[in-house]
Amino acid sequence: MTDPMTGSTTDQTTDPNRAGLPDNSARWDDACLAAALFAVDPVGSGGISVRALPGPVRDLWMELLRELLPPDLPFRRIPLHIADGRLLGGLDLAATLHAGRPVAERGLLAEADGGVVQLAMAERIGRSTAAYLSAALDNGEIQVERDGITARTSARVGVVALDEGANEEEQVPHTLLDRFAFLLDLGDIRYREALASDFDPSQIQSARRRLGEIEIDEEAIEMLCGTALALGVDSLRSSIAALRVARSSAALAGRDRVESADVSAAARLVLAPRATRIPMPEQPDEEQQAEEPPPPPEDNQDEQKDQDQTPQQELDKPLEEQVLEAAQAAIPPNLLAMLQMGAMRQRSKSSGKSGAIQSGSLRGRPAGTRRGEPGAGARLNVIDTLRVAAPWQRLRRQERAEKGSESEVLVEVRRDDFRITRYRQRSETTTIFVVDASGSAALHRLAEAKGAVELLLADCYVRRDRVAMIAFRGPRAEILLPPTRSLVRAKRGLASLPGGGGTPLAAGIDAALALADGVTRRGGTAVVILLTDGRANVNRDGIGGRAQAAEDALASARAFRVAELKALVVDMSPRPRPDAENLAREMGAVYLPLPHADARALSGAVQAVT
Amino acid sequence: MPLAFPFSAIVAQEEMKLAILIAATDQSIGGVLAFGDRGTGKSTAIRALAALLPAMRVVDRCTYNCDPDAPDSGLCEQCRERKASGPLKARKAQVPVVDLPLGATEDRVIGALDLEKALTRGEKAFEPGLLARAHRGFLYIDEVNLLEDHLVDSLLDVAASGENVVEREGLSVRHPAKFVLVGSGNPEEGELRPQLLDRFGLSVEISTPQDLKSRVQVVRLRDDFERDPQAFIDKYKRKDGKVRRQILNAKERLPNVEVPDAALERASELCMKLGTDGLRGELTLIRAARAFAALEGDESVTDEHLKRVAPPALRHRLRRNVLDDAGSTTRVERAIEELFGE
Repeated sequence: MTDPMTGSTTDQTTDPNRAGLPDNSARWDDACLAAALFAVDPVGSGGISVRALPGPVRDLWMELLRELLPPDLPFRRIPLHIADGRLLGGLDLAATLHAGRPVAERGLLAEADGGVVQLAMAERIGRSTAAYLSAALDNGEIQVERDGITARTSARVGVVALDEGANEEEQVPHTLLDRFAFLLDLGDIRYREALASDFDPSQIQSARRRLGEIEIDEEAIEMLCGTALALGVDSLRSSIAALRVARSSAALAGRDRVESADVSAAARLVLAPRATRIPMPEQPDEEQQAEEPPPPPEDNQDEQKDQDQTPQQELDKPLEEQVLEAAQAAIPPNLLAMLQMGAMRQRSKSSGKSGAIQSGSLRGRPAGTRRGEPGAGARLNVIDTLRVAAPWQRLRRQERAEKGSESEVLVEVRRDDFRITRYRQRSETTTIFVVDASGSAALHRLAEAKGAVELLLADCYVRRDRVAMIAFRGPRAEILLPPTRSLVRAKRGLASLPGGGGTPLAAGIDAALALADGVTRRGGTAVVILLTDGRANVNRDGIGGRAQAAEDALASARAFRVAELKALVVDMSPRPRPDAENLAREMGAVYLPLPHADARALSGAVQAVT
Repeated sequence: MPLAFPFSAIVAQEEMKLAILIAATDQSIGGVLAFGDRGTGKSTAIRALAALLPAMRVVDRCTYNCDPDAPDSGLCEQCRERKASGPLKARKAQVPVVDLPLGATEDRVIGALDLEKALTRGEKAFEPGLLARAHRGFLYIDEVNLLEDHLVDSLLDVAASGENVVEREGLSVRHPAKFVLVGSGNPEEGELRPQLLDRFGLSVEISTPQDLKSRVQVVRLRDDFERDPQAFIDKYKRKDGKVRRQILNAKERLPNVEVPDAALERASELCMKLGTDGLRGELTLIRAARAFAALEGDESVTDEHLKRVAPPALRHRLRRNVLDDAGSTTRVERAIEELFGE
């Protein structure tokens, strides 16, 4: 039996077979509840993103959703590389030529009005497709201004986004996620945990009828907004979505007003997956919070069980705490890692992570066509040029006849028709390791950095990125490994690593900046990883002395910040002191303390930011 | 067209609302850019503007909404011909707020041959595009930072000259296209090209309110609106009407608002202190202050007006400073405090 309001099953407590492994059946039940709530109000909830590799669990979930969605609701699949015209509508060329007058083609979004569209491989959809979908979700209609067609069509849809992203790098565009009510992750759920759910279509139908009359009081809204604030969910769209979900939840349970169980369900399903901080009222210091590891999921489930078993105790707690607790239990366990990445992403100001995208006319993946003349490297797109020319043939033939031209031209193409292909390419990312090779910890740092370089290169083979390494010690900095993609060359270049001596931090930062500048100038993206404890004792001129050295380092750091490069300062000393953190702040870099880190942890951190 | 959320029901976001009102009062201000977090009601505020704008006088049966009082240079060809044969007939029309949807093709933005007439009658006729429709009104681009480069280029060209020139298929058309460019976007999706940034007179930074009270209010109002849009709009009709009258009065008062020498000096000092590029910043600052004074019902520009409009007028024109790590908003505020502070 599933209690739709707490999402926990009653039979999960005493199954001896499951000892030792984390139990995900509660998460599966939540996924089923989300499917039911989405089916109650697909358009109002905006969408649901389902992160899972294709497999039986996802199939089961989709089956359930299809069964719960009313059969008369439109349901359309959007293929990954759908043409804009097909998605939005535009000129139907074949019909136009046949009919001799412009015939508009209805887009998929207009066809799905009032129903659901399913996005396959949503983690790979283009930015423009995501933007069109967002516009449809915002306005409930699409406005088409294409190929001589002007139209507004109603397109009230709910989106099911199947996200097959395998790592943090592959994600559904944030513009879309922000407009979805539900974010599901079916990743760790095993097939035998995916039990049948008890929702049935008739339940959904009656909930859909009742939805318009559900009342919600100020207190419930306050609870939802308060929970959103406590979890650091900034976007107000999520709070509004949570309110709608709470309403659907009440309708599903057959109530005529939103009660605390509905608020808890909405907080758990809508707000918790977006948490950016873990609420800890007794520890208001934010930095400490961020370093606190998130509570292991097992504990949360125990807590939930406790709640189920002792309802009396629960009643004693203030309502808000209950809601927050319910939400907290559903916070993703890898929140900390995601937070650090999020900070990095915000800093770099672009959502892409594998190098900035350059749009041009020469290389890369084709990204549509535009009007323009071939030449200067631009290539004519013959098909599109002919498409553009086609509707005008009658007019041009007529014109020719008027001029008395006899020539037999089958298709007359004019300069205005020329379409050139636009290409888009990902610029290459160069990761520059800058290693503090001075003092006693040098050998450890160098060895781990070298390991990380090799791990990255092994991975870069797939991504075609480059790695470089700079070491600084004694009087100056030195490029140990110029930017390279070759693992062999890296192994040879880093075979012997000298260490010891003073710390010319300023020289190290300057060298990194110079190298990164060169990379950016050639159209690449540079990421600088500085491994240091932040304490300098050699100044720019190679002369010892702590005060001047520290001042020079800070000056270099400021110059570095102006270049607005992605940077990460990693402090590997066993007890990190504030020096490195200060340095990171001055450089405009993300500070990451990794005491006793090894090559694997280091390359993991680097991959999270590049 | 779905019903728009009423302007006067938008909670907080004072700077954005002010910028929009200033642009509605003085269209020569050069556009508004609203950049900020997701889900903060950027598009909502701009779409709400359409319902708020007072009507304007246009030439009857003119495709381009020409102003009957404009000099010949500001009229389209047909209107110039009509004017030669007698005075222009005027009628009232709604100020256009035109949406430039992402994915719009160049022919629909600039205007092109009328496909229907070409196919059915074999006739060459010009079909005006979005730029023609936006003449004397607002052109709104959501997610402006995602706009295709070649479209941005055409837009900049027209916005700078106030005239749209189309040369296609042997057709040569030019028509006036003066519009206020309004853009919104999320900086995380990508930066704006500096040339485009400079086109905008005012730039507003929007962030999500962090206090529970206003957040609850936003959610509550949005919910009320969605459940019964028409009733909600009716409820705010009077408040919206008040804002409309405020704009009308301000437009009337604007030519008579005085800018004393002291205010001009202050503006120059502020721009010098901040090292803004070019004169555009100073000019916008004065214009915005004047429009703000008109909105407030004041007769001349004072320090108070300058202080309020300086951040949106200047923050996107600052050069990056090596020795100063503060954000541009903080820098403007600091300069204001140093200059005006007691």
